[in-house]
Amino acid sequence: MNSTPFSTPEDSSSQGLINRLKRQPSSPRTLFNSVMTIIVFVCAAIAIVPLVAVLWYVLEKGGSRLSLDLFTQLPPPPNTVGGGFGNAFIGTLMTVGIGSAIAIPCGILAAIFLSEFAAGTRLASWIGFLTNVLSGVPSIVVGVFAYSLVVLTTGSFSAIAGGFALAVLMLPIIVRTATESLALVPQEARQAAVGLGATRFQTVARVVLPAALPPILTGVMLAVARASGETAPLIFTALFNNFWPKGVSEPIATLSVLVFNFATTPYKNQQELAAAGSLILVLMVTIASIGSRLIVKRK
Amino acid sequence: MVSSSRPQIQPILSSKDANIYYGNFLAVRDVTIDIPKNSITAFIGPSGCGKSTVLRCFNRLNDLIKTFKMRGSMNYHGQDLYSPEIDPVAVRRQIGMVFQKPNPFPKSIYDNIAFGPRLVKYKGNMDELVERSLRGSALWDEVKDKLKESGLALSGGQQQRLCIARAIAMQPDVILMDEPCSALDPISTLKIEDLFQELKEKYTIVIVTHNMQQASRASDYTAFFNVEQTDRGRTGHIVEYDRTEVIFQNPQQQATQSYVSGRFG
Repeated sequence: MNSTPFSTPEDSSSQGLINRLKRQPSSPRTLFNSVMTIIVFVCAAIAIVPLVAVLWYVLEKGGSRLSLDLFTQLPPPPNTVGGGFGNAFIGTLMTVGIGSAIAIPCGILAAIFLSEFAAGTRLASWIGFLTNVLSGVPSIVVGVFAYSLVVLTTGSFSAIAGGFALAVLMLPIIVRTATESLALVPQEARQAAVGLGATRFQTVARVVLPAALPPILTGVMLAVARASGETAPLIFTALFNNFWPKGVSEPIATLSVLVFNFATTPYKNQQELAAAGSLILVLMVTIASIGSRLIVKRK
Repeated sequence: MVSSSRPQIQPILSSKDANIYYGNFLAVRDVTIDIPKNSITAFIGPSGCGKSTVLRCFNRLNDLIKTFKMRGSMNYHGQDLYSPEIDPVAVRRQIGMVFQKPNPFPKSIYDNIAFGPRLVKYKGNMDELVERSLRGSALWDEVKDKLKESGLALSGGQQQRLCIARAIAMQPDVILMDEPCSALDPISTLKIEDLFQELKEKYTIVIVTHNMQQASRASDYTAFFNVEQTDRGRTGHIVEYDRTEVIFQNPQQQATQSYVSGRFG
């Protein structure tokens, strides 16, 4: 058929064009493509190795001690068998809970200020910059800060001091993710609300915040996960305690500090408990992030 | 040259010598227009001529833009809308807005309609108001069995009628529409144009449109805007404002004649 405007009268030249379309496995372009594909797969595998190795190590070392005793008993003295870390488990929940109670409302309200009320101002960019600086401050420095601010003024190590230190660590994560989530809410949604006569507060509370809630929750879970594994700031603030917590104003045991203390002892029982504590920490973080994903999906 | 406003009926919205600035940039100059009650007024003109800017001034939506400034006067029933004693939030409750892109909230159809009334703590029967508003925008029969479904699940034309119903639910006096049909197919557009004729019994409608057939079919009055380069940027102004049939059949200005006959813009 010579009816299409693109066909050439000579068959040989169109055959030449068709030959150019055929696969050439040995051409430099194809070879480069194959080699790069292999490299990418290998790198991806290497990136997963540490994750799998950590999970495997923790499961292997701590899995054998997994039982209800871990949550109902106190840490044992050296050279004994059995025991658990019920107090540290509760302590972790308490310190992370106190940290969350401070950091989540403050962080979300700060993000609302940055993205809804001060967007584009010099103040907002300064606060955003300082938040980024805060997120880069080493956790041990935050621990020293909480020590001098809370422990020295109240005169005692306490769950509150630990929770405060964790709040300082959680705050920048929450502020940043929440600001980004709010910025993703389409401008049309705000205009629709304002056009109907919503005040600024009504616009934020009834339209913008509900729309941004799923990604904000993800950021909050990220912060909670980070806080539950922190050790350094808790050593100065919550310290440790071998007994059940009696309140928020006394030194309190936490899982991360327990792992730190017990993993370095020469006693096998304690080392096993440290491994089991690591496993519980990993499980807590995993369950929390899966839970938050489920909440987000249901929205 | 700016022709003075022709309609001699009592105006509901009127503007006199309004100059609208964004920072130092003069966006629209010398806006003088009287919009009569219970009529449909169309703003036509090329892109960037300030039609939407003027429309948004009438319910103070431009207040959201920090650099916005307005000199001159914009009145509603003779009251200056920009007087310091006027609350812009209250203005927007009486002068509703429908946007170019349908923008239902990510909520159920029912909650979309009830959103505005809930803002003002509406005391009456909400179910009844939702039904009345949806009937008012000719959407009731299509959605009455799925009021709990998301407003975003509707088609584009249905979403726009949902947005109109949402505006009606506030029982406004005036409804401003910023290119309400530009994102819709011709059939949905016709449905909304039919709706205008019913709505003008109760409300005053001002509509910005790029569709000249729409302006000539659906509106009672038409204002033609044009834009020209000045020393302060590209500034829009009203070239001619008159009854729609005059604008389309016997315009007084050469620029209007060129634009409506399609020889321009």
